[in-house]
Amino acid sequence: MITAGIDVGSITAKAAVLDAANIVGTKIISTGYDAKKAGRSVLDQLLETLDMAAQDIQALVATGYGRNTVDFADKTITEITCHGAGAHFLNPDIRFIIDVGGQDSKVIRINEAGKVMDFAMNDKCAAGTGRFLEVMARALEADLDQFGDIFLKAENPAKISSVCTVFAESEVISLIAKGESRENIIAGIHESVAARISALAKRVGVAEPVMMTGGVAKNIGAVKALEDKLETSIRVSEFAQVNGAIGAALLAERLNR
Amino acid sequence: MSDPGQGADPEKERRKIKSVQKMKEIMTNYYIEAKGAADTGKKVAWITSGGPVEPLIAMDVIPVYPENHGAMIGASKMGVELCEKAEEMGYPRELCSYARSDIGCSITGGGPIGGLPEPDFLICCNNICGTVMKWYEVASRYYDVPLFILDTPFTHREFPPAAKQYVIDQIYEYIEFLERQCGRKMDYDRMQEVGRLSVEGLRLWQAVLDSGAHKPAPMTAFDAFFHLALIVTLRGTQEAVDYYRQLRDEMQERIEQGIGMVPNEKYRLLWDNLPVWYRTKWLSEKFAAHDACLVGDTYTSAWSGVLPYIDENNFLESMSVAYSQVYINVSLDIMIDTLRRMIDKYDVDGLVMHSNRSCKPYSLGQYDLQRMVMEELKIPTLVLEADMVDERSFSESQIETRIDAFMEILKS
Repeated sequence: MITAGIDVGSITAKAAVLDAANIVGTKIISTGYDAKKAGRSVLDQLLETLDMAAQDIQALVATGYGRNTVDFADKTITEITCHGAGAHFLNPDIRFIIDVGGQDSKVIRINEAGKVMDFAMNDKCAAGTGRFLEVMARALEADLDQFGDIFLKAENPAKISSVCTVFAESEVISLIAKGESRENIIAGIHESVAARISALAKRVGVAEPVMMTGGVAKNIGAVKALEDKLETSIRVSEFAQVNGAIGAALLAERLNR
Repeated sequence: MSDPGQGADPEKERRKIKSVQKMKEIMTNYYIEAKGAADTGKKVAWITSGGPVEPLIAMDVIPVYPENHGAMIGASKMGVELCEKAEEMGYPRELCSYARSDIGCSITGGGPIGGLPEPDFLICCNNICGTVMKWYEVASRYYDVPLFILDTPFTHREFPPAAKQYVIDQIYEYIEFLERQCGRKMDYDRMQEVGRLSVEGLRLWQAVLDSGAHKPAPMTAFDAFFHLALIVTLRGTQEAVDYYRQLRDEMQERIEQGIGMVPNEKYRLLWDNLPVWYRTKWLSEKFAAHDACLVGDTYTSAWSGVLPYIDENNFLESMSVAYSQVYINVSLDIMIDTLRRMIDKYDVDGLVMHSNRSCKPYSLGQYDLQRMVMEELKIPTLVLEADMVDERSFSESQIETRIDAFMEILKS
């Protein structure tokens, strides 16, 4: 059975196509201002590269903050359940997922069957999210893709005490003015994000092994800072950013059973 | 929900609570009387929601509740504008939104009823929070009227004899204060009668809330939020007794006829903390769309929750002790006992906690309670971050995702 999952996030839209629980293909595009269009477009683009047609998809689940804009989905399911299903599929041992996306961070505890037992999300605030890192990268004129590598070069991470993105940005600017090294500031930013997320994780109760998903999982610095803070190793799959879409496609398969 | 909607879908009509009309009538008349007090020569006292109102009723003083007014402001979606007025004056956004919106209203004369009638004096009981003391001090200076503060010690486990004597002594000081303000003596026979009516009203209100234990529940917590107004404002009057008897009978009839408020009630939930006043309809529809019914809540149960402490034959003194034991003036140990009893009584599948930015005493400790409930009672819980009046603290897409994910857990 061929199924698809679409995850419309605040910054990127992701799609995954599965065939009998095998990943056929995935795609990531920018969401832009029109979430509805992005949901359609990411699937169309993926189908085109796979040389498939919309009719080939037998069931489709939409997830992400823009899930309700995907009007051609058979069902909408929250990112929380989808990330649980996706992580369980990628590695059945996983009991805890840290999903850090563009506008929110979530922690999800799952059982041995991949069922969500508990979750927590950040408050309506960009601290501890991808957007926070984006704003900081801009302030530091750094490439977000290099952000994590720069972190690893830091010798003495600077202290960023503000949890608010806007205040943290001005804190960063004053650190720059004081002549603090870029590496140390970037390391401080990662530690600030890790502190925020680990508080959320501890609220739910960390269960090992832990997997990180979402766009920020691609940032090795964020992963490392979280590992230090939580004192555990964190698995990151090559499908981290499309994990929600994969989970949605998997759950689509269950719809017709 | 209790709002009378348009159109005449017979199913919807059948589900409507008929007493709503009577309730609106009583509340309208109450505010008309309060606002016209200057013409009738009656005294007006502002009083906190958890304060002992019965001596005021016995002295024929009209009690007015800035917090009830705050709820009306929230439900009318006028909170932000009025809170901003208070913020312009220098009150921080961290301050309770009832206090901010009410202060905003005092200054502008705005809000859903054009402001509250001015007080002749103020009664503040700190069993609900510490904010009210400063809020009422501000009101006392602003209106230049006397303020009586009733200090109710916090209960950790026990309420020791010295604490009891302390609050009992204050009740007599309270009565002396009223006698001075009104220029006449308290009629203790009348006081006894008001006490009796108060207890009767509280029992009937509890019976109304208990109806939620039935499956399907004839009413939801969202209905309780609406029907609560009289037990707060007119406790100790015949009117409140008559109304709650009518409402209890209506609930009884609904149970007999099998009328549930949520059409396909499948999941039964308990609500903790104050309502999100400007979103009750949205939340009620959101949960109902998942076939979930909020069958009970800790907030509207708080008033009748102190009934076990009240001795009808010694109303005044036992009341002062009882009012010290309200749900948020007690330790987490006592709160978890209450939650345990309610979870059992209403046979709920989950607990929804509103982490209310305004109400610190109610929201502090909720994560500990959540953990206790999940570990000990194995009941899934959901925390929603919002505010009772200030809409700026409500993020629809965030709340929606949390509710949807929570319901996915319950359904899986």
